[in-house]
Amino acid sequence: MPKKVRGVLTIREDLCKQCGLCVSVCPVHILDFSKTKINSKGYRPIELTDPDKCVGCAFCAMMCPEGVIDVYREIVEVAE
Amino acid sequence: MGNLQVVYEVPKIYTGPNHYCPGCFHGIIHRVIAEILQEEGWDDISIGIAPVGCAVLAYDYIDIDWFEAPHGRACANATGIKWAWPDRLVFTYQGDGDAASIGFAETSYAAVRGVNITTIMVNNAVYGMTGGQMAPTTLVGMKTTTSPYGRDPKYAGYPVKMAEHIAQFEGTALSVRVSAFDPQHVLDMKKWIKKAFQYQMEGKGYTFIEVVSTCPTNWRMDPVKAAEFVKNEMIKVYPLGVYKDVGEEKKEG
Repeated sequence: MPKKVRGVLTIREDLCKQCGLCVSVCPVHILDFSKTKINSKGYRPIELTDPDKCVGCAFCAMMCPEGVIDVYREIVEVAE
Repeated sequence: MGNLQVVYEVPKIYTGPNHYCPGCFHGIIHRVIAEILQEEGWDDISIGIAPVGCAVLAYDYIDIDWFEAPHGRACANATGIKWAWPDRLVFTYQGDGDAASIGFAETSYAAVRGVNITTIMVNNAVYGMTGGQMAPTTLVGMKTTTSPYGRDPKYAGYPVKMAEHIAQFEGTALSVRVSAFDPQHVLDMKKWIKKAFQYQMEGKGYTFIEVVSTCPTNWRMDPVKAAEFVKNEMIKVYPLGVYKDVGEEKKEG
């Protein structure tokens, strides 16, 4: 089975202020504001629209002013 | 699961949530400083000087020792602290209204004395906390609450360029202008702030980092547009780059 590297994000939703800086820098365009959740501050926190596409580049975490995002990588096996 | 590699973790000494407006670069700069202090193990020996301005509550967000200075006097206070405790890492975190306007003399004379401190000046071209008044660093033609028709150089003069100004003094070891509008520039900023702290620990002299930042609220823009404004407009007036670096000069000679 071929292997690939996949990014895993930890998102602290209550800290998010919906500024959109992470959304603007994501190279695979998989971050967006949640359409269903509202956090304790009254903002719509970010969420991954397609977690499988995450490459774990950490651009979002680097641009986040609030420290919302932690980034990890894991190696997963993908079906051909 | 179980075999997760850490790519990026928010530093433990960066304690949120902060009070800054959504998309303000203050948060990014705080986080980067916290990363450096934690990675190098300097969090036990560092003393930050908080300014008056948006970052007045910085002491709540980075878990190190802080001192709150009167408006503009951060470098004067930092000088005293550094002379009393030469082995500590002392840095001031100031805005443009603080470092380039009311504290212009303090900032300049810290460089003239060549005190071993670091100044991180966040230049966002307006007085953010008080409601977006014109600052010395406001661009020509830029609309603020006290220049509603745009800054007119005939009456209000021209923007102050601090990195160039500080670079002329002999006591300065490092004078750099960086920004944080995309991930690459955030990494660049981290590199230079780290170098400034290293120079300070080596006793090389005064180190000055100017960060070109945004003020989405007072510029009346959304955070992403504000970052683009920095990239397209601010950088033309405030070119990024190294204006003085003692280490590099020695290598060349």
